[in-house]
Amino acid sequence: MTEHASDKAGQWMRGGGPDQDVVLSSRVRLARNLAGYPFVGRADTNQRRDLLERCRMSIARADITPGLHWVDLNDASSLDRKLLVERHLISRQHSKATSPRAVAISEDESIAVMINEEDHVRLQVLRTGMQLQDAYDQADVVDDVLERQLDFAFSSQLGYLTACPTNVGTGIRVSVMLHLPGLKLTGEIDKVRRAAKDMHLAVRGFYGEGTEAVGDLFQISNQTTLGKSEGQILFDFQDVVIPQIVEYERKARRALADHRATVLDDKVFRAWGTLSTARLLGSEEALYLLSYLRLGLCLDRIDSVSMQNVNELMLLIQSAHLQKIAARPLGGPERREFRARFVRERLGA
Amino acid sequence: MKCDSCDKPATVHLIEIKGGQKIEKHLCESCAVDEGVAVKASTPHISDLLEKFMIKHGALEPTQQTVRCEGCGMTQEEFRKSGLLGCPHCYDAFEEALAPLLGRAHEGASQHVGKVPSRAGIDEIRQRRLMQLRRELAEAVDAEQYERAANLRDQLSRVEAEDD
Repeated sequence: MTEHASDKAGQWMRGGGPDQDVVLSSRVRLARNLAGYPFVGRADTNQRRDLLERCRMSIARADITPGLHWVDLNDASSLDRKLLVERHLISRQHSKATSPRAVAISEDESIAVMINEEDHVRLQVLRTGMQLQDAYDQADVVDDVLERQLDFAFSSQLGYLTACPTNVGTGIRVSVMLHLPGLKLTGEIDKVRRAAKDMHLAVRGFYGEGTEAVGDLFQISNQTTLGKSEGQILFDFQDVVIPQIVEYERKARRALADHRATVLDDKVFRAWGTLSTARLLGSEEALYLLSYLRLGLCLDRIDSVSMQNVNELMLLIQSAHLQKIAARPLGGPERREFRARFVRERLGA
Repeated sequence: MKCDSCDKPATVHLIEIKGGQKIEKHLCESCAVDEGVAVKASTPHISDLLEKFMIKHGALEPTQQTVRCEGCGMTQEEFRKSGLLGCPHCYDAFEEALAPLLGRAHEGASQHVGKVPSRAGIDEIRQRRLMQLRRELAEAVDAEQYERAANLRDQLSRVEAEDD
């Protein structure tokens, strides 16, 4: 599947969906472990192989719609693994490990089940725009189906038992990818970071844990997993916290359009100018410029490109994607040249 | 300034008040030692001080018992280093150390609220038994004790096959 899908984004990344001007995507992740086994970090190779086989059989037998495609990561090339990281289907840690591990992915890439990452099973559901409830509902169904085949480690006091105590309880991580150029330009982003921290939320960059925000893309997620039900965690997040940040961003954007229109247009059109004419383009620079282009589209300052096109480009300009599209390995300088040409073509410039 | 007793430079300066009278003494190091007002001290290295400090505090450790998980054999020290637990039973084994950590991570909560598996899983005793058998099996394979490993594998299949 990684072969034919590399030149287009998964449905969840193409954009659209509720609040898509600010919310790029929604994600729900559940962490589960099999009872009677040590956690992955403590399991030896034989046990990991055993765990992998059990999960593979259960997934194959399970009635999951859409069906899942099994990718043994020890058989996958490093480029394919990197592609999966760029598509947010596996973590960097999962990509780099060498022990028996896999991921099961649905054709539309909305479901991905990592096996033998930090926990035995990490099930995630992705949706475009603000659709956390929908994502959770599907994750819950898949979890139920898997649970019929696998005994998950569970205690009535601490809930689902996970390798890291920070995930114990519901084992749920809900997150949204937000595009916040308005708050960045008005210098209010640090206020959001502080407020998020006070509300026990984590703010991360585009590529998840340990990464900086590139292209004004921020991933916000819950950290508390014990003592609140999944429903409560979802409600706090999607009905209370995130709508406030979304409104805050919209207000910042309106203020820019109303009071600093020239500065705003300058950013948007310079971005368009560079993207449509550059001959060498680094991935961070491209993402940074695409962010302004996206802002310009949301505020109707520019109409030379579609939102879907920009959303897709944000994904496709990453290095593994470009090499898949080029169908050959590309070194740094060559990649920058290829990226610039690819972006020009996509923008019809 | 020269030493009061010899010609060497004075490095020890002493002010004594005796019967309301101030007596100043300026002595070199060796004369000061002779007069018993200074002890020839070798300057201790900071590393020695640190080492003593650490030994002193380290000396407290052996009196504490090493907490070890019966399920997977992980020690509390190993958990503290990696931040990751070894198996589900570690939650019981390290309960005391985990309590404050869980409180900080989860806004003071200590009780799960939320989804419960719809199907009662295998019971606690069987889970522990499976974990122990798997651990022994791994050790037997490591030690190339194949007969013991085969035996353990049989036991494992029997426990796995038991109906819930």
